Amino acid sequence: METLLQQTVNGLVVGSVYALVALGYTMVYGILGLINFAHGDILMVGALVALEAIRLLQIYAPDLGLIPTLLAGLSVSVVVCMLLGFTIERTAYRRLRNAPRLAPLITAIGVSFLLQTIAMIIWGRNYHTFPQLVSTAPMEPLAGVFITPVQVTILVVSAVLMVALMLLVHKTRLGRAMRATAENHKVASLMGVDTNKIIAATFIIGSALAAVAGVMFSSNYGIAHYAMGFMPGLKAFTAAVLGGIGNLGGAVLGGLVLGLVESIGAGYIEDMSFGFLNSSYQDIFAFLILGIVLIFRPTGLLGERVADRA
Amino acid sequence: MKHRILAPAMAVVMLAAGGVVQASPVVKIGFAGPLTGPIAHVGKDEQYGAQLALEDANARGVSIGGQKLKFELVAEDDQADPRTATTVAQRLADAGVGGVVGHVTSGASIPASRIYEQAGIPAVTPSSTSPKLTQQKFRTVFRVIANDNQQGAAMAKFALEGLKAQRIAVIDDRTAYGQGLADALVDSLRKAGVKVVGREFTNDKATDFAAILTKLKAVQPDAIFYGGMDAQGAPLLKQMKQLGINARFLGGDGACTAEMIKIAAAAMSSDVYCTQAGIPMDRMPGGKDFNERFKKRFGVAVQLYAPYSYDAATALIEAMKAANSTDPAKYLSQMQKIAFKGVTGKIAFDASGDSREGGVTLYQFANGRWEARP
Repeated sequence: METLLQQTVNGLVVGSVYALVALGYTMVYGILGLINFAHGDILMVGALVALEAIRLLQIYAPDLGLIPTLLAGLSVSVVVCMLLGFTIERTAYRRLRNAPRLAPLITAIGVSFLLQTIAMIIWGRNYHTFPQLVSTAPMEPLAGVFITPVQVTILVVSAVLMVALMLLVHKTRLGRAMRATAENHKVASLMGVDTNKIIAATFIIGSALAAVAGVMFSSNYGIAHYAMGFMPGLKAFTAAVLGGIGNLGGAVLGGLVLGLVESIGAGYIEDMSFGFLNSSYQDIFAFLILGIVLIFRPTGLLGERVADRA
Repeated sequence: MKHRILAPAMAVVMLAAGGVVQASPVVKIGFAGPLTGPIAHVGKDEQYGAQLALEDANARGVSIGGQKLKFELVAEDDQADPRTATTVAQRLADAGVGGVVGHVTSGASIPASRIYEQAGIPAVTPSSTSPKLTQQKFRTVFRVIANDNQQGAAMAKFALEGLKAQRIAVIDDRTAYGQGLADALVDSLRKAGVKVVGREFTNDKATDFAAILTKLKAVQPDAIFYGGMDAQGAPLLKQMKQLGINARFLGGDGACTAEMIKIAAAAMSSDVYCTQAGIPMDRMPGGKDFNERFKKRFGVAVQLYAPYSYDAATALIEAMKAANSTDPAKYLSQMQKIAFKGVTGKIAFDASGDSREGGVTLYQFANGRWEARP
């Protein structure tokens, strides 16, 4: 029982990072029908920029407390990633807006390689130690479940950001314009919505979320690396598809479900398959679920609520 | 003196040999390793080691077939790159070297070994530890250092006898290296009558190990062995602490690095152990003397594997002496039979070309660094 609870907590922590990244995928897909494969790499840039900013702060402002240093580093990385997201959209995707769908998709893969290569040139191929400004030492176990302050922070911050994004999309003018653009570009622009601006805003918001996810990811595992965005990016994309790509609530649900399935799958796959499969197959578990969901619900778990698209 | 400058490194050799009286026939011994790039210092170190061995042989005077010979080192830069390694190997074969000391990295040694096999030239590596190298069953492949599997066996022995661990769990990253190491450990444990309490798997790109660690926690291991690299080993160790697992952490040489200490940071403790192929210099029978002579000759300290490189070069010369020929076709068969006391210990090869003794050193984290345990 303790083990099951612990696996659930493990899964929720991983899942909420997936969910945060998946939101970025799903927002862009909802509006442009584009799978932005560079999104995972924005997470990586977010983590490495924060790392660099924190290093500098620790040298030039050593008296700043741990949390202010982290927040300052996070702010810098969010701003940099917002600019990066805007620039990528403006230079790489906007020109291809009316091109066949494959062209922007391939471009997105190209942007992903570009970001990784630039990061590799700047930060090298080595793993960097990410400063542990929030403690990663476990707190007093509750019902036998160990959880660290960083993990609690991840759960809380992700939840707050997800709620904030929902409110933004559903309650504000910008959100309404985003939903209108998602529904139909041309009609939205006829109604006086500056669709270019809205699309740019979507990229900026998505990139900011990725930056936060990157900083949380690195804070939790204590490492940062030029290729670190690939796996979370891939998993978050899977989560977005699982939940129903284009659907915000779906991205969150997909992320959490994927995290839980992975964690519980890795923990119990051996018992469930009577020793036939072991944890080296933990990833097939996630994709098995994805396959089953897509067979019965081709639009994903929450895919049908088209009006909810951002 | 023939004026053929093959590489800048050759110039050093020529200068060194400058004073020697002519007339003795020259036997060329090849060396290949990274002489440029991020691990050039390791390559250079081994080059010097081989060179010192040849100079010693020249000073001692080696006579084969009734003639006094002069050994000369031909150094080539393989940049630790698999493709460059094959080019360089071909160049050495074309230059008619009598034997090769190298290559340095497994990634270079494995592709290059095919070329030496075709040319029939024995190649003795001082530092490539991948079991794959000798598993190819080539006649011409030899190594003077322990391979990764020998590390796994050494760790198993230590876990049982040194740590008195009975409940051992094993995780590996499913790479040829990590899996080989872990399988060797599990195998040795089984031979000692101990069954591992858990066997889990991850991959070499993973960062989250919470799920498999939580599963292992339930079986209460007193030691967890990880077969893989530091980039995964360090987060894994951290997550062990985060989940409140108090087992000892055991790793192979992939986790026996400064990087491991840097990344795992606060999670490092005296409960963290790792193995490294080879033995530290102060424990080698000829280590102290070698170190002094090396420093005097080259003006730099021994970096890493120079003593192994010295023994690798000596092994070639010993086999030539035993066969009374410098022709690879004639002396190759003697490589299996030679046995001598080298700088690093007893040098002898088994049927597959691996070192029979294969010294492995156990390290424990203490005082902020890896300290060799007796």
